[in-house]
Amino acid sequence: MDWQALGVSLQLALFTCLLLMPVGLWLGRTLATRQFRGKALCEAAVALPLVMPPTVLGFYLMLSFGVDAPFGALWQRVTGSGLNFTFSGILLASLVVNLPFAVQPIQRAFEGVPNNVREAAWCCGLSPWQTFTRIELPLVWPGLVSALALTFAHTLGEFGVILMVGGSIDGETRTLAISIYDRVQAFDEAGAGIMSAILLAVSFVTIGVVYGLARRGRGLRV
Amino acid sequence: MSESHHPLTTQGLEVRLQQPGPIPLNADFCCAPGELLALVGPSGGGKTTLLRAIAGLYRPSGGHIRCAGETWFDAAGGICLPPQRRRIGLVFQDYALFPHLTAQANVMAAMNHVPRAERAPRAARWLAQVRLEGLEGRYPAALSGGQRQRVAVARALAREPRVLLLDEPFSAVDQVTRRRLQRELAQLREMIDIPILLVTHDLEEAAALADRLCVLHSGDTLQSGPAETLFRRPVSPLVARLLDKHNVFSGRAMRDDSGDVYLQWGPYRLDAALPASVESRAEVDWYIPPSDVVLHRRQRPSRGERENPVCGTVSEMVVLGGIAQITLTFAHTRDSLRFEIATHAARRNGLARGEEVSVSLLASGIHIM
Repeated sequence: MDWQALGVSLQLALFTCLLLMPVGLWLGRTLATRQFRGKALCEAAVALPLVMPPTVLGFYLMLSFGVDAPFGALWQRVTGSGLNFTFSGILLASLVVNLPFAVQPIQRAFEGVPNNVREAAWCCGLSPWQTFTRIELPLVWPGLVSALALTFAHTLGEFGVILMVGGSIDGETRTLAISIYDRVQAFDEAGAGIMSAILLAVSFVTIGVVYGLARRGRGLRV
Repeated sequence: MSESHHPLTTQGLEVRLQQPGPIPLNADFCCAPGELLALVGPSGGGKTTLLRAIAGLYRPSGGHIRCAGETWFDAAGGICLPPQRRRIGLVFQDYALFPHLTAQANVMAAMNHVPRAERAPRAARWLAQVRLEGLEGRYPAALSGGQRQRVAVARALAREPRVLLLDEPFSAVDQVTRRRLQRELAQLREMIDIPILLVTHDLEEAAALADRLCVLHSGDTLQSGPAETLFRRPVSPLVARLLDKHNVFSGRAMRDDSGDVYLQWGPYRLDAALPASVESRAEVDWYIPPSDVVLHRRQRPSRGERENPVCGTVSEMVVLGGIAQITLTFAHTRDSLRFEIATHAARRNGLARGEEVSVSLLASGIHIM
């Protein structure tokens, strides 16, 4: 059993969720409530990782992370280290890959909040921020939880993109999913089986906890 | 037609808005504290847009809105306060309650101006005021339509607003509940001394509840005044049509050599009061309320038969319970005359389609537009 890989996987999933939720809330709300030029393009860009083969996405990310590419070079200049084959690299890739899983459920949830409920809050004297925290957030809570669950579970299971960008470096970029693949390659089916079962259990428990939270979230008070 | 004067501009609500599009507006009205003004007119007439503009949810391109001595909106001065700073109580058409909050928490949400500790007891008092004791802990989904409307009213009042705006507040409930809620609104008015604006397309409701009606069409305030005045003296054929009044005809205002004035309507010379502004031989539109049309009895002549008698053919007779609605057509015009009489009276007089009857058009009822 590769405990280190499990640690990398959980860390990756946790950081992805933490970093992506504020982005998902902002982007999901913007896409749901605002009309602007290029909105369709923006929505298409968010959804793109859903339809692209992971290896293709991983390939482009790998290219842009390289020190020869503008983004990779900038990263190198700012942080002093590269992105390919590092934890930071697979985290960034994970953020990109999971964007639709974080944004879309939140966007749908915000779309489900009637505009006049928002306006009623303003007419009650609630500031835009109070309207967001007291009215909108509790109402989109189930969508937010869905986004969390999907992002977490999807990050645990991500394989192609991580392999392309991060390879399989022990304790750095080798996630559980990649470790399972390595074991199968090495004809260690028993090891792969244990890790698969653990991944299954962790995913199931996480999603169970998260959906339990969604149910509890209803009925928040002012 | 705009109002000639705004008597209570410092205390009440004063609205003057103009914009060419996208939603045309040409509104000019005011509402005094304690007064209930009903904005009536067809759907798409700009009623809700006006309400939203007053609430600060819509920004028109021209005009101003003042309330209780404060300027809320002034296009020329670049002033447009957000809804949060306008102190309005708005009851939305579908109430727009916060579904995740209990009735009490819904009301408390409008109490930002109240110290935190006082909010819960005050909200309970507001709910008691609208007869919802015992339901404070219910969520909107567990309330009936009428109860939701009451929560919305309590929430609007809990803000301690300077103006109460009601957007078709009775349209989403059944007839029985509507009657009850209307009665409650009439009672509630005793307690509050702020301008109340009621948007409705129900003329009966407007006439029953409001002190004054303001007729809106394509964003234009055509006429305002007490219901009785509007119903008897609409300023134009359009207002008459919007108020569901049918008896609009065109005739010629006449002054003869001896100074007598009358109205020439086809072959009939009708006695009527002519406004001084109308010139002789001028083409005019005139209106007569159905209540001022008197049927002549067949057998016995009755009083008033000498007053503007006209003869027509019954083209339609619709019996609605105890009331029969009669439509008369005339040889000289395509316009028809409608009036109502008791069904038994219609039977006694042998009224039926195709029958010739004569009626009197009471001179005092004839209104030259």
